[in-house]
Amino acid sequence: MGILEVKNVSKSFGGLKALRDVNLSVAEHSVHAIIGPNGAGKSTLLNVLVGKLVPDTGSVMFDGQSLLGRKPYEINQMGISRVFQTPEIFGDLTVIENVMIPCFAKRDGVFRMHAFETVENEAEIVAQAEAALADVGMLERRDMHAAALSRGDKRRLELAMCLVQEPRLLLLDEPTAGMARADTNRTIELLRQIHAKRDITMVIIEHDMHVVFSLAQRITVLAQGAPLVEDTPENIKGHPKVREAYLGEAA
Amino acid sequence: MLGLNRQDTALLIIVAVLTLLAPFILNPFPEGSGLATLNAGYPDLMQRFVIYGIFAIGFNILFGLTGYLSFGHAAFLGVGSYAAVWMFKLIGMQVIPAVLFSMAISAILALGIGYVSLRRSGIYFSILTLAFAQMCYNLAYSVLGNPNSRFNLTNGETGLQLTLDDPRILGVQRTPDGGIPVPNFFGIEMRDSYDLHLGDWVFTFSGGYYFAAAVMLIAFYIAIRIFRSPFGLMLRGVKSNQTRLYYTGINARPYTLAAFVISGTYAGLAGGLLACMDPLAGAERMQWTASGEVVLMTILGGAGTLIGPVLGAGFIKYFENIFSKINDNVLHGWFAFLPDGLEDFMVTLVHPFVGKGWHLTLGILFMLVVIFLPGGLVEGGQRILGLFRRRKAPPPGPDPEHHPKPTPHVAE
Ligand SMILES: Nc1ncnc2c1ncn2[C@@H]1O[C@H](COP(=O)(O)OP(=O)(O)OP(=O)(O)O)[C@@H](O)[C@H]1O
Ligand SMILES: [Mg+2]
Repeated sequence: MGILEVKNVSKSFGGLKALRDVNLSVAEHSVHAIIGPNGAGKSTLLNVLVGKLVPDTGSVMFDGQSLLGRKPYEINQMGISRVFQTPEIFGDLTVIENVMIPCFAKRDGVFRMHAFETVENEAEIVAQAEAALADVGMLERRDMHAAALSRGDKRRLELAMCLVQEPRLLLLDEPTAGMARADTNRTIELLRQIHAKRDITMVIIEHDMHVVFSLAQRITVLAQGAPLVEDTPENIKGHPKVREAYLGEAA
Repeated sequence: MLGLNRQDTALLIIVAVLTLLAPFILNPFPEGSGLATLNAGYPDLMQRFVIYGIFAIGFNILFGLTGYLSFGHAAFLGVGSYAAVWMFKLIGMQVIPAVLFSMAISAILALGIGYVSLRRSGIYFSILTLAFAQMCYNLAYSVLGNPNSRFNLTNGETGLQLTLDDPRILGVQRTPDGGIPVPNFFGIEMRDSYDLHLGDWVFTFSGGYYFAAAVMLIAFYIAIRIFRSPFGLMLRGVKSNQTRLYYTGINARPYTLAAFVISGTYAGLAGGLLACMDPLAGAERMQWTASGEVVLMTILGGAGTLIGPVLGAGFIKYFENIFSKINDNVLHGWFAFLPDGLEDFMVTLVHPFVGKGWHLTLGILFMLVVIFLPGGLVEGGQRILGLFRRRKAPPPGPDPEHHPKPTPHVAE
């Protein structure tokens, strides 16, 4: 039994079948990659996991509890954080404030009326947020407006915002897209360290095969809304169906 | 000081000093001079400055922080006034219980209206709040104000007034000389005032103004604390990216509702204070134009800034009360030094923008601010300060426009 169990999930948009009978089992403390061509339904699957979309059929269990019918914030509070394909950050806030919000969410839950404390004086929260920024190498951008960051930096910021929550399941939708090579390698290294240190499971969607093969222990190939194969990276590399459906196209 | 950082303490002190000295600052022109029309240092107007300042500070907690644009905040202002007048009628002329009751009633109303309206965002939210406010207006104007019904809460078109027959169980029904007693703060009557004559100048110190000003300073202080708090940070998160907030384990709804109730309470407080200064309440205070006015004040001053709404409120109230008073006689007085033909020409030129035309001036001003200073008057002030700073600071290099970033560590 994996920590995340997706069973027979289907989702249609009008006539378009974005997900057809998807089954996925993610083992606890593994890094599980999902790859597939554009429009395969990868992001749609994540949307189902985080409560953004309700599937037409099927079930989604996280650690023995159903995720269906729960609000996104409830699912996050259960220990699931997500990095989006287009970065979702607080553009009007500074970088450090962006990271402090998840720190507060972790400490205070879905709602707590702290109207008379002062953010600057929350030493513990500030320290946590700064440590997370240092981890992703963005501490020197601490007081910048988040909207002014480059695309790659926005991704790193969003990653810091997720990591600081110490999620049990981290969902990464193309976490290195738009990053320079050096930053991509740095992110790979960071994810590896986090994975070694913490009790964390990662599901990673990536088009960059270098990232996938550096991190993943299992890979699911999704094509036209249905899982094609699921196997170890070594076997996936040589799989004829995969080469045809996906890797051939990417090469 | 008081849990504020240095910058905010300085701001609070500046605002406090300006408020205390307002009777001097607002009366720069000697009595009887041609420009005395521009003086704003009389109690009635000064009271309005600070009371509408409170209204706008509260509105800014909702609109400036969360971005939810309410078009119905006048409902809370009006309800606050009715609540205070009822306290004067039933309990007594002490202002503290009256404003506390205003705040409580408007908070309850805000909870109800906010709970329903916040189910939608953007323009739908605005329309819902507008609809609720119009409902409140109509309730006050007719349904709850029928003088012949036993359930006459608002006294309809006439407005709610004090009478000699009011019970005032903890106060006096009538003064020794048989009049209606006046709202007071432990004996200081709201309409007490003292005139200080200095040369040609007259400065008026009003009990009501100083009471309202003290309340405004407290309200301003609380707003600063909210802005700097984790709660305030969440509210700014709502404005910036609600989606991210939801996927970060935070339910935005109770945060926005809390902000809505707080700002409704501020509005109720302002309404209560208006009634303290002049103990009557009418439905026109709840009309949609009054709701629109506080939106203008906040945007004009600078939404989301601390001091902006206060500036905006002062600006608009100044225009409404001073520019509207400038008539052709005053204009002729101003331009009397010009040759006759030119004098008439100038008066004709300026005429449409003053007196009844003050709305035109305000409209043009508002347009200019929104187009050139999206951050409102505060942004204007910052730009001016910036100019001075740049001029004073030693030029950073051969090219003053070019500010190189400090060089990063060599090892990078
Ligand atoms: N909310 C929606 N409404 C309608 N169609 C949608 C919606 N979301 C996704 N789709 C469609 O579903 C299909 C799968 O989209 P999805 O975003 O999951 O693909 P993906 O595998 O993430 O692709 P990419 O690699 O480009 O990100 C696409 O054809 C897309 O257009
Ligand atoms: Mg996608």
